[in-house]
This record gives sequence, structure tokens and C-alpha cells, in this order.
Amino acid sequence: MIFLSFSVLTGILLAGLAPLLHRRFATRSAALALFPLAIFAQLCLAIPEVAAGKAWQVALPWVPSLGLSLSLRLDGLGLVMALLISGIGALVIIYGGAYLHGHPFLGRFYSLVILFMTAMLGVVLSDNALLLFVFWELTSISSFFLIGFEHHKANARAAAWQALLVTGSGGLAMLAGFSLLAKITASFEISHWIGHSADILAHPLAPAAFLLILAGAATKSAQFPFHFWLPNAMEAPTPVSAYLHSATMVKAGIYLLARLFPVFSGLALWPMVITSMGLITLVGGALLALAQTDLKRLLAYTTVSALGSMVFFLGLGTTLAVKTALVVLIAHALYKGALFLVAGCVDHGTGTRDITILGGAGRAMPFTATAAGLAGLSMAGIAPLLGFIAKELMYEATLEATLPALLTGLLLVANVGMVAVAGWVSFKPFWGKPGQEHLHPHEGPAALWFPPLLLAALSLLLGAFPQLIGKWLVAPAAQALWQAPLSVKLSLWHGLTPMLGLSALTLLLGIGISAAGPRLQPGITRFWHALAKFGPAAFYPRSLHAVLSFAAWQTTVLQSGYLRLYVGSIVLFTVILAALTLALRPSQFSVPTILPPRFYDVVLIGIILTATFLVTRARSRLATIALLGSIGFSIAILFLLYSAPDLAMVQFAIETLTVILFVLVLYRLPKFKQLSSRATKTADMLLALMGGVLMTALMLIVSAHNSDSHLTRYFAESSLPLANGRNIVNVILVDFRGFDTLGEITVLAIAALGVFSLVRLAKKGGQKRQAPPTGGKQ
Amino acid sequence: MVLLLAITAGVLFAAAIYMILRRSLVKILVGLLLLSYAVNLLLFNSADLIPARPPLVAADSLLPPTIYADPVPQALILTAIVIGFGLTAFAVVLMRQVYSTLGTDDLNEMRCTDIPCQEVEIASEEELMEDPL
Amino acid sequence: MQRSILLSAAAHYLMPLMLVFSIFLLIRGHNEVGGGFAGGLVAASGLMLYGIAISPAALRKLLPIQPHLIVGIGLLSALLSGAIPMLMGKPFLTGQWLKTPLPVIGKVGTPLLFDTGVYLVVIGVVVWILLTLAEE
Repeated sequence: MIFLSFSVLTGILLAGLAPLLHRRFATRSAALALFPLAIFAQLCLAIPEVAAGKAWQVALPWVPSLGLSLSLRLDGLGLVMALLISGIGALVIIYGGAYLHGHPFLGRFYSLVILFMTAMLGVVLSDNALLLFVFWELTSISSFFLIGFEHHKANARAAAWQALLVTGSGGLAMLAGFSLLAKITASFEISHWIGHSADILAHPLAPAAFLLILAGAATKSAQFPFHFWLPNAMEAPTPVSAYLHSATMVKAGIYLLARLFPVFSGLALWPMVITSMGLITLVGGALLALAQTDLKRLLAYTTVSALGSMVFFLGLGTTLAVKTALVVLIAHALYKGALFLVAGCVDHGTGTRDITILGGAGRAMPFTATAAGLAGLSMAGIAPLLGFIAKELMYEATLEATLPALLTGLLLVANVGMVAVAGWVSFKPFWGKPGQEHLHPHEGPAALWFPPLLLAALSLLLGAFPQLIGKWLVAPAAQALWQAPLSVKLSLWHGLTPMLGLSALTLLLGIGISAAGPRLQPGITRFWHALAKFGPAAFYPRSLHAVLSFAAWQTTVLQSGYLRLYVGSIVLFTVILAALTLALRPSQFSVPTILPPRFYDVVLIGIILTATFLVTRARSRLATIALLGSIGFSIAILFLLYSAPDLAMVQFAIETLTVILFVLVLYRLPKFKQLSSRATKTADMLLALMGGVLMTALMLIVSAHNSDSHLTRYFAESSLPLANGRNIVNVILVDFRGFDTLGEITVLAIAALGVFSLVRLAKKGGQKRQAPPTGGKQ
Repeated sequence: MVLLLAITAGVLFAAAIYMILRRSLVKILVGLLLLSYAVNLLLFNSADLIPARPPLVAADSLLPPTIYADPVPQALILTAIVIGFGLTAFAVVLMRQVYSTLGTDDLNEMRCTDIPCQEVEIASEEELMEDPL
Repeated sequence: MQRSILLSAAAHYLMPLMLVFSIFLLIRGHNEVGGGFAGGLVAASGLMLYGIAISPAALRKLLPIQPHLIVGIGLLSALLSGAIPMLMGKPFLTGQWLKTPLPVIGKVGTPLLFDTGVYLVVIGVVVWILLTLAEE
């Protein structure tokens, strides 16, 4: 297990290094596949132990205050997922190296795929829900970058956005659900939740937590009504579609539902909501697929359909249904991964993915055609491939459920669609009539045809020897769901059962539709297009547009561009809030009577008040400067009278310099103008008065609470002994608080630099602007 | 005197806020200057006002006299005054530059130099849509 | 700007006096009213009086180094006064004093160096700003 925690960290590191490694080693960089391969091998070694019912576990505290710990756990369910992630990951890296050979972003591709793989491993190994969330979002982000891989295409960017927004908002809902569960159980550890499922189910918030988490799972696994992002995600390079959008990432939602199956399956909502959502997705995906002509979109819609079936069977929740869901998961990853890679080979070899013009490429591409054939047979559910076993199990599970006729009927419809699409994607391009002549199909290098062939061959091998997965993978995984050992017996031949009859019927109907394809398709397409404006896919742009419009509207309201509105609202709210506080918590106003004002004080304050009043009404620049100066000099004298000679001296000097400053720029300043209306002025005056009254009130409250400051005493008493200085103000400035003063003189220097550069740069800029004076007027 | 000084500072604050709310840049500058006077008085008034006892240690003693003015606000104000000069100088020059570049000191006419004044363009629903299905 | 003979004559004599006074303020600032800020401002006022009464160019010629260099030297001496105690293993800006007082100046220590830094920065900043504007 230490190995696995290391591999997660190594993965993140390797993702960062991949572009550099690629630049250094160029064509040999497909050796990066050794990393997932090593993980795969290590996981294989763990199979016997996990199958015996043990779970590997490791936990390191990370942010204990948030309940976040690096706790990883490997059990049967995680093992199935991890094997798929690392195994297919290795193949995709090899394949991608050949598929994107010479592509300028190949290094980025490696980096993102390894990052994704690591994150996905993290999702299926995390025992801490917060950790799972972090990895979950990381898969969304790497998916975003991979869908937008060809970022110069507007479609790719839009699709990447859509996938991120849909899965990202689902992820946030999921986090809220996790938080509710943590509130209920006081822990973020998933194994703790499973142990306390009775407490959770008894809690009134349990349905809310379930629905929120379901939103995360449904968006990630492209369930109705969130299915639309997945077909659009086909903008990604084909190896990415094979890996993220069919074999692994989209199964994260399935994984999450399976993982929380022991927590929530007792909830009344579980069978209701999940089966209906799964069923709609299952049937809808298959029927939507029939309207497609692009290889990848065909595969994408059938992926949606297959994901729907897994959700559906998890919703049924019987032991058989749980086993079925797991077998479908494995079988689908193998055949769909292979078919996507095949689609990439076809695209590579012929330059098109349009099934209406493809045909007869099998002779030129024998290996690809073999892989396509085997995977297609598995998808269609034909013995002796793994897909056949999965389909038999599906029928068996629906036949024993409540409402067997309805469920089996709908399943039959979906499976017929699957068979038809399997015929279109895996046989028509290779064995039908020769396609258009200009295609010149040819086989790619071994790195292109070997990975799909290997996956397809595994479908055959595991179909022939189903107990290999039945005993070693499905049974331990089912145990993780059921929390009790389950025996799993998978076999090809059950005798003459109703399921076999249904399989035969499916096949017949499917082949019929497949053959009639070209004639049926236009009608199906028209039907779906007529429905499209009511679908959730049309809702997405509408709601996104609404959000953007709202954002633009409130930005123009808040960012009006009027300084006085900003300042005015700050003052207004400060006054309101402070006044509220003062009213709610009345403090004693003690008007200090000691120290009656002397004659000079009254004169100085009189000058200040008069000058302040006049300055607000002054129209002449010169008068304003004189009035401001008189305020400053009066304050300086006040400083002098009240024991602050240093201040007085500095204030005198500054006033003098300020006058010089104004004299220097005075005639370059604009004249005073009356711009505001009388009403605005009155309103502003009111606001200003409120602000002034508030400040006076606050000052009086502060002086009422004046207490002996120990800071002052410390400075005063240690001034001479510690700092050898008798002027306490100066000692504070240069010694006790020297660091502050250092900061202040730095600010001064920056202000001077600012003035200098403003004047000098403006001079240069002005010359430049003046150089072509006619340019703007033409 | 504390009351009188508090009222004076309050009047300065009110005048400063009023001037900052004006549309003309020059008046806003005057407001800034008034604001710094007001804040300095606020700080000065936050300690006890003591006439004629500067915070100095006499030549023949180790400790200050029993009654002396609080040196802490004085130290704060001292640097504030000097920094205020730097701020004023920068503001004056900035304002002058704005005036010579735009030819106006009316803030209403500068609105569009900071934020785009045209309607913000939002992608239409069609542009946000990928595939109708 | 029109030149006033009276003002320029006064500036000739006032400027050196103000400079001397500012140095006096700086040195005694640790014990009496004064210090780097006050001293720096007095010196800057004296220099600007000269610069306006006679001419900005004359002031430039008079200055041994340009104002932005004065700012730099001031900042460096403040930093240096902070660095000296670090060499002795004390925290940044801890005051260090010579045991024996020097004649005229009195006790000498790093706070005096720091205050000199403040003094120079203030002179440099004020003269730099005002000269830049006056020369336009």
C-alpha cells in the first residue's frame, strides 16, 4: 500500500516532468507507459489478498482541522477500477504517442494524461471524502484541458467549458453532500460512514445528502439530464475519448454510487430515483446513438447508454443486479476502450470518421479490423465474448425484478440499439461495400493497432474463462458493496433459458436495424431534432446565457464608474452600521470638562472652522491654497500649544513646501467649476454632515474610555536607559519602531519616483502622440 | 478643549467628504488634504491633551516628569504628515497629467477611461450551443 | 518667473544658514526637539528657497549629487544601520552605541545613522519632486 501512496505522489511529479522528458527523449517518451504498467503489476500482485477479503489501508493526517487526511484504501471495488485505470492508461500512453506523433502538444498530452490517471487512481483509492473530492475535481480539470486540447478550435473550447461547468457544478453539490454526511457522522472517512449507515439513514438530512451526492455522480457519469456534455467531449483527441470519456472518468460517478451503496441503498429514494434516471439514460442514449453518423459520437451515445445501465442495476440493488453492474462495467471498459481506439485508427488510416462514406477497409487494415470485430461482437453481446455474459446477466436481473415485463422490454430496446450501432462501427467500415475511393485506407504502426487488439482479445479471453474475473475481481468488488461475501459464478452456457431467447431476439432485431441503417437514419435524426429544443442540451446555453447576462448587469450596477457613488456608498454604509452599533450598545458619552479651552485655542479653532467653511465654497485656486495653508498653520500652532514641538516643526515645514508645490503647478491646474446640481449638493452635504457627526461621536467615545497606556509608559521609561535618547518621540521613530519608519521612508521614495516618472513619461508619451497628428482624423 | 477639538475634526471630516464627492478633480484633491488634517487631529485628540509638557526626559533625570504628553500619537502623526506630502505631490501630478491628457477635470467625462462604457458583449445562445441533441 | 533681487539675495544667505540649522536639528534630535524628519524638511526648504529664488538649474549645479541619489544613499544608510547589529548577532535594527561620546556630536550609535538616513531621504524626496516640477 505504501507503493500506492507513493505512486500517487510520483504521478503528480511525473505529470509535471512529462513535457521535459518528452522534449529530451522524443520518440522514446512512450516509455512513460512503464509507470502505469508498474502500478498495474503491483495491483495484480494484490489481487489474491484482496480477494481473500483484506483491504489495504494507509492514513496520514494532512489538514486535521478540516478533517482532511491522506487516507487511502484498496478493496475489491477500488481494485477493479484501479486495474482498469492503470492498465488502459498504459495502453493509451503508447497509443497516444503514435496517434499524436509529431503533434506540437504531445508533451502536454503525456503530462495531462498522467495527471488524470493519478487523480483517477486517487478517486478510487481515497477513503477520505474530502480527499476524494480533491482528486475528483482534478479529473474534471484534466478532462477540461484534454477536451480543449486542440484549443484553436472554437468547438473544442466550447465543449471543454461545457464539460467543466456541468461536472464542476455537480462536484460542488457532491461536496455539499459530503459535508452533510460529515455533519451527521462527525467524520469524513467513507469507511466510517459505511459503518454508521443506520445512523445516517435515521437522520432527516440523509435524503438531502443523497441527492446532492447523486448530482455529483450523475453529472460525472453523464446521466440524464446531464448526458449532453459527453458526446460534445468527443472534441478531445481519440485516445482521450477512449480513456477518460469511456473507460474510466465517466465511471467515477458509477464508482461513487457503488462506493456509497452500503450507505444509501436502504433509503427509499435510492431505488426510485436511481433506477428511473438510469433507465431513461439507458434507453435514451441508445436511441440517440441511432441518429449519429460520426464514429466517435456513435460510441459516445452508446457509452451514455451503458453508463445508464450500470446506474440502473445499482438502483435495482439486488445481489444479482449489483454483480451485473460490475460485470457490465468491466466488459464495457474493455470493448468500448478498444472501439474508441479503433475509431482513432480508422481516422488515422482513412482521414474520416463518417460511417456513411466508410467501407471495405478491412483488407488494408487487418489488425484494426480484427480488433474492431472482436470488440463489436462483445458490444453486441455475442458468445463467447464477455459482453455476452454481461447481457445474459442483465436480462436475468430484470426478469427477477418487480415489473419484469416493462423493465425487460425497455432493456431490450436499448440492447437492440447497441447491436445496431455495434454493426455500424465495427463491421460496416471494414467489411461493407468499399467506401469512397479517395480514402486510401492503410494500417498504422503497431503502437496504433496493438492496444485495441489487446483489449479486444481480453474481451474474448475473459468471455471464454469468465471465472477469471468472476472469482478474482467481481466477487471481491461485490463484497465491498454488499459488505458481506458473495459467491459469483459466471459462465457462458446456462442451458436454454429465457435469457438466451431474449439474447437471440435482440440480435435478430439489431442486425435488422443495422442493415437497414442508411434508410432508417434520416427519419430518426429528424425525430430527435424536432425534440431537441425541449431537451436539457438546449437548457444549457439558455441558462449559461442568463448567468452571463446577470453578471454583466450587476457589474454595470456595482462598477458604475462614478467615484462619488463608490465613496458615497462607503460613507453611507459606515455611518449606518456604526450608528446601528451605537444605538444597540449605547456607550456613555462623557464630555470631558477638565481643561477648558484657552483664548488662543478658541482663536485657532475659529480660524480653522472659518477656513474650512470657506474652502468648500472657494472658486479661486489661489484662495483655496491660502485657506488650506491657514488651516495647516493653525493646526501646527495647536500642536505647539499642546506639547508636540516636533509635530509643530514638521507641520510648519510641510505647509511651506506644500505651498511651493502648488505654486509650481498652479497654472497648469484646471479652474474650479460648478458641475453638480443644487440637489446633488444638498444630498452630498447631508451625507458629509452625517460622516462628520459620526467621527466626532467616535472621538468622544474614545476619549471617554481613555486609559493609561502601558505602551506609552514603556516607551517613556526605557527611552533613556535602553535607547540613550531624551526625545521620546524621536526615540520611538528611529529606535523602538525603526522598522515602521524604514517602511515609511521607502514609501516616500516611491512617491518621489512616481512623480518623477509621471512627469517624464508623460512628456515622452506626449511627443509620441503628437507625432502623427493626422492619423486619427481621417 | 477635547470636545472643541472633536467638533473641529468632525467639521474637517464633513468638509473632506463633501469635497471628495464633487465631480471636479481639483476639489477632490482639496478633499484629500482636508482629510489628512482631520485624521491628524483625530489621532492627536485620542490621547490626553496636556499643555506645555513635551515628552522629553530632562537633562538631569533618568525618567520623564510625572506628567507628559503621550509620545505615541505624536510619532504616528509625524510620519503621517511627511507621507501626506508625498501623497499630495503624487496626487497633484497625477491630476495634472489626467487633465492635460483628457482635457477635462470632470469625473463624469472620465467614466469611460476606466471601464468599458459600451454594452458588455455576451455570447449568444447559439454560440454557447454545441450540438442541439 | 520674475526674479526678485531681494529674495535672491536673501536666499544666498539663508540657504547655508538653514542647512547648518538642519544639521543641528538632526544631531540633537535624539535628546531635544528635532530629528531626521524635521531636519530634512528644514534643509529641503532652504534648498528649494534657493532653487526658486535663483533658478532650478542653479540648484542642480549646487547639489554635489543628484536628488535621486540622495534618496538612495539615505535608504542605504538606514538599511546599513539595521544591518550593523545583525553582524553582531542581534536582531535587525537593534540600536548599537559607541562607549565613549564624541566631542560636539555626543553619543554615537546606529540610531543616529538611521536618523541620518531619514534626513537624507526627506531632503532627496522633497527636492526631487519639486525640482522635477520646477524644471518643466
